Amino acid sequence: MDTTEFLIKLILVISVFGISLLIAMYSTYAERKVAAFLQDRLGPNRAGPFGILQPVADGVKMFMKEEIIPANADKFLFIAGPSLMMLTACMTGVVIPWGGELTIGRNTFNLQITDVNIGLLYIFGVVSIGVYGIMIGAWASNNKYSLMGGLRASSQMISYELAMGISIIALVMTTGTLSTKEIVEQQSSWHWNILYQPLGFLIFLVCAFAETNRTPFDLPECETELIGGFHTEYSSMKLGFYLFAEYINMFISSAILATLYFGGYNFPFIESWGLSPNAVTIIGTLLFFGKIFFFIFFFMWVRWTIPRFRYDQLMNLGWKVMIPLALFNLFITGIITLWRNGAF
Amino acid sequence: MTLTVFYLLSALSVFSGLMVVLSRKAVHSVLYLVFCFFTIAGHYLMLNAQFLAAVHVIVYAGAIMVLFLFVIMMLNLNLAAEAQKTPWIKISAVILSGLMLLVLVASVKGAEELSAAQPQNDIGLVKNIGNILFDKYLLPFELISLLLLSAMVGAVLMGRKEPQPQNE
Repeated sequence: MDTTEFLIKLILVISVFGISLLIAMYSTYAERKVAAFLQDRLGPNRAGPFGILQPVADGVKMFMKEEIIPANADKFLFIAGPSLMMLTACMTGVVIPWGGELTIGRNTFNLQITDVNIGLLYIFGVVSIGVYGIMIGAWASNNKYSLMGGLRASSQMISYELAMGISIIALVMTTGTLSTKEIVEQQSSWHWNILYQPLGFLIFLVCAFAETNRTPFDLPECETELIGGFHTEYSSMKLGFYLFAEYINMFISSAILATLYFGGYNFPFIESWGLSPNAVTIIGTLLFFGKIFFFIFFFMWVRWTIPRFRYDQLMNLGWKVMIPLALFNLFITGIITLWRNGAF
Repeated sequence: MTLTVFYLLSALSVFSGLMVVLSRKAVHSVLYLVFCFFTIAGHYLMLNAQFLAAVHVIVYAGAIMVLFLFVIMMLNLNLAAEAQKTPWIKISAVILSGLMLLVLVASVKGAEELSAAQPQNDIGLVKNIGNILFDKYLLPFELISLLLLSAMVGAVLMGRKEPQPQNE
């Protein structure tokens, strides 16, 4: 790897990191505005024009608050919990193809940090270790409400991971690759995977809601039963990290949904416009972000429309509906794949 | 460079492996074990076995250890409630682990030394593993899946609630 390549990768890493944080920051603002819109209110409008500086004000407030570590808490793990949560939230962006190829001078480079040939498994691995941040923080707080919240979160995430994994397997059976880049390239023009895997997409979407602990699956922090859930004992920026990580997760989940099922940076008829390759790449990236913003809006729309489940309903949905459905989808996909390869 | 990374990873895995045994709190032991699994996944990556590394993290760190942590947090083990061990248990534990050590040393001693794995070999990539598993070792692979299925059925059977007699 020569110096230019290294520099380009470095710029790419930093910009993906920065963009994730920026989008997560403004998702908090968007969430309040969407909530206000759905409830016929105005929402935040005091800080700056249209309240646009509200996330900055919130951030400053979080940093300025007194930091409390409970006397009986496990100090190291208490700090490690939110840190891990942020770490796993930021890790997935590495394998997402943010765009096609850009040519500057003689150098051509990909708008993807790394194209490992196990991209999907990497995403799944990061998702599966994401639960540690919550569990460690919950246990280290030494508070029974925190522990209950943590246990709820982890059992919920484990349950929905299974259905998510099976829906990904069905997707891999149709695409025949684990590399995110190749999956996006196969979906050129209108061949989006949503058309081939509608049921798989539905399962993946529901599981993405459960994995990010968003309503209607936000039982881990159910205020009426568990005070604040796993972050009951947290204050100041450590609480901020937990809340913020949820928004980063939401952004990354939206990016994954757009990548796997909605064609990533592809868009129908973009080839027929007769644009230069660089322009196509830039438009593709912008469209990709458009798709991501749509999914983020969808997450918020659902949050302010649907009430949360009861815990046994959530478990029933996970084990008795989602997993059989995912298996059924896998079965159908297998039969169709065999049929298309001329087995019958 | 590669050698440095290898020594660093090995030192970390030995350290975390020791800490699993030496930690006073059960939750810390579990977390050190998780860390140990990550360092072993790092070793897989250094052998260019990306698939194994990813599956190792997903299955062990992401699923099995989470369940471990789950159970240990529920039990809420602490030092005061630790079961008292009689001398007999201690002595038999020492003898058994000594025998285990003997077996391990004997098996390692008899092993022939292989040359260090070439970083260029790509046997650990998804395609090659898939080809080997579903071609050469198809029967054992399917048998293992049957074994897992039967274990799962057994677990469900044990976890099932006994039907209550209806005669009150």
